[in-house]
Amino acid sequence: MVLYRVLSSSPNKPANALQSTLLNMQETIREPMVQDPTQFDVLVMPNLYGDILSDLCAGLIGGLGVTPSGNIGANGVAIFESVHGTAPDIAGKDLANPTALLLSAVMMLRHMGLHGHAKKIESACFDTIRDRKVLTKDLGGNSKCSEFTEAICQRMKDMD
Amino acid sequence: SILCNKTCVCPASQIQTVTLIPGDGIGPEISNAVMKIFEAAKAPIRWEERNVTAIRGPGGKWMIPPDAKESMDKNKIGLKGPLKTPIAAGHPSMNLLLRKTFDLYANVRPCVSIEGYQTPYTDVNLVTIRENTEGEYSGIEHVIVDGVVQSIKLITEQASKRIAEYAFEYARNNQRASVTAVHKANIMRMSDGLFLRKCREAAEKYKDVKFTEMYLDTVCLNMVQDPTQFDVLVMPNLYGDILSDLCAGLIGGLGVTPSGNIGANGVAIFESVHGTAPDIAGKDLANPTALLLSAVMMLRHMGLHGHAKKIESACFDTIRDRKVLTKDLGGNSKCSEFTEAICQRMKDMD
Repeated sequence: MVLYRVLSSSPNKPANALQSTLLNMQETIREPMVQDPTQFDVLVMPNLYGDILSDLCAGLIGGLGVTPSGNIGANGVAIFESVHGTAPDIAGKDLANPTALLLSAVMMLRHMGLHGHAKKIESACFDTIRDRKVLTKDLGGNSKCSEFTEAICQRMKDMD
Repeated sequence: SILCNKTCVCPASQIQTVTLIPGDGIGPEISNAVMKIFEAAKAPIRWEERNVTAIRGPGGKWMIPPDAKESMDKNKIGLKGPLKTPIAAGHPSMNLLLRKTFDLYANVRPCVSIEGYQTPYTDVNLVTIRENTEGEYSGIEHVIVDGVVQSIKLITEQASKRIAEYAFEYARNNQRASVTAVHKANIMRMSDGLFLRKCREAAEKYKDVKFTEMYLDTVCLNMVQDPTQFDVLVMPNLYGDILSDLCAGLIGGLGVTPSGNIGANGVAIFESVHGTAPDIAGKDLANPTALLLSAVMMLRHMGLHGHAKKIESACFDTIRDRKVLTKDLGGNSKCSEFTEAICQRMKDMD
């Protein structure tokens, strides 16, 4: 049982310049992940390990409510998605946090090569959260979903 | 030795013999540290040292040396340091050999935050109990056709029942409030489903312990956000392999985490789970905390709670004080100085 750790190099280097290190999951991954996750870059792994590690890593950055996700298929198909639940208790009450779905949509833009728009939307989202003035309840604030959304839109208008 | 008057029933004052397997690399020096601390604590333990390097028995089968097996079968309780993995082809994993020889079916790791050794997580106090004989590590793999391999995850009623009941028994004996079964029965309906059923059945027999169930990925997600919500966790082999190391990471790593392996017929082997650290072996630099805390776990298993508490407190107080710490704990003291500081604290306690 091994985990291949691929250290990414710059996009211009040819594939054979990518370094790969065979790491024994037992020795290296889980314990250091909670001690110092900054040592990791791209991790590729089989299904079960990915099920576990993807949720674990989402937890490190704040949970499924803020984590983007993308699914790549054959024939050029790709579906980007938020991986949190449907939250029926707050549905329809303008309380939801759209960050996970928004960041997944940003991932989608990058996948489509629309890097400029991706950067703009992502920056507006991150700046709004960093500012801590308009946040949904799960992020520690008491703003509505629509107010959070409006704050992001306003930032982008200010950028232009 | 202390002779007990035959009319008095006081097991705590009888010396019990424990098999000691110092191991390789830093193993001997951290074992010496533990023996020294136990002596200072006046723990009623006599050590019987044995080597477990695998040998070829009659018929060419790999086995642990007969005198090591004999010692463990007689004493039942063992304390083990790190073993180096032999590189020779065909040589089995020593830990696997020990596991098979003594049917060590439960791997138990209490993970408690250590004051004075700061990590990003505080107030961690949980126990992982891992089924260690079957599951995803049954070693049953085969090639279907070129480029297609299958691996069999073996889950049996017997092994699942045994680990589930051990988990509840452990919870009850150690005043733990709840046991959580960690599984993925939504995906692996038959295998994890069987495991889960056995946990539910065991729960019925231990109504004084709360029982919950949680998917493995949810456990991991929640574990890194708030580990204080967890208590005793019981799970099949692979999940246990992962979670036990994850939780060790929360409290500071394998250098400070105790571990116990429970086997059939009353056998139990407690061990440090870090490596042999050959780069610092013999230099009086090693940190004996993991082996010491495993030895404390051993004392509790043997019912010697007073001595366990004394040694554990001396160890934790020394670390909290932050004056005498080994390098990995952030200090620059020698192993012998750290050991001496713990011994001194116990003398001061008396």
